[in-house]
Amino acid sequence: MSGTARYRLLIAALALAVLVLFLLSLTVGPAAIAFSDSIAALFQGEASEIGLIMREIRLPRALLGLMVGATLGLSGAVLQGYLRNPLAEPGLLGISAMASLGAVLAIYTGLAAAFMLALPVLALAGAVLAVVILQALAGARGNPLLMILAGIAVSSFAGAMTSLALNLSPNPFAALEIMFWMLGSLTDRSMTHVWLAAPFILVGWAMLAALGRALDALTLGPETAASMGVDMRRVQFLAVFGTAASVGAATAVTGAIGFVGLVVPHVLRPLVGGRPSRLLLASALGGACVVLTADVLVRLIAPSRDLKLGVLTAIVGAPFFLWLVYRTRRSLA
Amino acid sequence: MRPLLSISGLRVRLGGKAVLHGLDLSVEAGEFVGLIGPNGAGKSTLLRSALGLLPYSGTVLLDGADVAALPARGRAEKAAYLAQEREIAWAVPVETVVALGRAPHRRGFAAPGPRDDAIVEEAMRRMDVAAFRDRIATDLSGGEKARVLTARALAQDTPLLLADEPTAGLDPAHQIALMRVFRELAASGRGVVASLHDLGLAARWCSRLVLVAKGCVVAEGRPEEVLTPERLRDVYGVTAFFADAAGAPVILPLDIAGGQTD
Repeated sequence: MSGTARYRLLIAALALAVLVLFLLSLTVGPAAIAFSDSIAALFQGEASEIGLIMREIRLPRALLGLMVGATLGLSGAVLQGYLRNPLAEPGLLGISAMASLGAVLAIYTGLAAAFMLALPVLALAGAVLAVVILQALAGARGNPLLMILAGIAVSSFAGAMTSLALNLSPNPFAALEIMFWMLGSLTDRSMTHVWLAAPFILVGWAMLAALGRALDALTLGPETAASMGVDMRRVQFLAVFGTAASVGAATAVTGAIGFVGLVVPHVLRPLVGGRPSRLLLASALGGACVVLTADVLVRLIAPSRDLKLGVLTAIVGAPFFLWLVYRTRRSLA
Repeated sequence: MRPLLSISGLRVRLGGKAVLHGLDLSVEAGEFVGLIGPNGAGKSTLLRSALGLLPYSGTVLLDGADVAALPARGRAEKAAYLAQEREIAWAVPVETVVALGRAPHRRGFAAPGPRDDAIVEEAMRRMDVAAFRDRIATDLSGGEKARVLTARALAQDTPLLLADEPTAGLDPAHQIALMRVFRELAASGRGVVASLHDLGLAARWCSRLVLVAKGCVVAEGRPEEVLTPERLRDVYGVTAFFADAAGAPVILPLDIAGGQTD
């Protein structure tokens, strides 16, 4: 079947791109280190300066770029398939913003300092709360317009609460911190962040990846899907908690990175023949590509300015979103 | 023999309003049952609750098993459902949509086998959609989309098929072709329940009609027993032309029943 062959080719190409970008992310930075030296230093045990930079700064950054990008791509594909709405995305729906709020509360109440896991757990709780509010507001049928409006309300509320929490905290860097949580960044992350987020992200991925066949059936609407043997309560559980676990943990360590989950599934959908199940892996790889690329570009464009990753994704993503809204309006008319 | 579908005392409330009031219905293998009745009579609600898609009280047995206790997968092996809304969310090819009907029969990540392919092929042939199998389903006309979704339900290959207004949007040739397919399914020992608004089609092709009004079964039996001038006037508020052609009844609604009955 040519469709299957094309799908395999696409996955292979995306996987290759992720590998290349991952290596690029390891080798681009303010410290000018030759490619071969940097890769060699990564695998040597000795505590050389290069080895330290590689292991403590660039490796966690590249790993987080990979994990967070894949999370955003995958969760965007799942949310769009589950809600049958091409505008669904963890950032736009306020899920990332609520996770940010949870993370900020964990940090500035001192909970995260007392108990490491409080950070991802509170971020996850914020994400769950966001999805629950969205479903309650937009109804089980997931009306696209209501869903987006509810998402705007949730995002603005979470953003305001995050700013309030930071302003009230005895923190001289509040303004900078607000920027971080709203726009997201991979700068100055350590392996501790990777270990903290990885278990939640992996569990979230496993839950979301199990949804492929159910999402295919959901193409024909929830009732038809149920009549085709899809257990809708299980699907809802996996979609909500899988998104919350992966997006919550990702946001807890890198802040809210917008638009990746919107753009990536949309661009890749025609290339996988529209099938939601095939979109999952493709979109995860595509998301990793986009975030790794953006993170490399941030370092290249303004090496000394700490340009936020989310600024770059929004510059590309926001006009794309406008175009999508325009297209959706035409199809509704 | 055990009925494919056995409903007794079915009550359903939707949005605080009672839609079905203690309804009974039984469907045997070999029957093509036409579900008729005015708008809002409860036909769709009956079909949806027969699959346990709505909360209900009463008893619904699918092939002898309580539908409320059946796992989703087990239910999908006993009955297929064609929804009234022709929903296809993504731009997928026609063949992919039809092949979705095989999903309940595949385990884990198993790829479709030759038997699945054959059933999908047969379903596409029956609904006359094989010619545009590679077209994008969302680009099709309403009637074509309806045929693709019906082929999807046929591909589920279940003993019982519940179809909600399957002829809506089809041209006359495809309406009759669909009636023939349902009759063939019944002749091969399956059961079909289809809600229909076209009384002419219902009268000519169904083996039994069930007339539903205001959430109750008003009449059931052979088409000529159910469709009488009095019932059409009382239930639908129309007068009709009755005849016989090629051994089957012909019914054509003529006009709104006038004020003389009030």
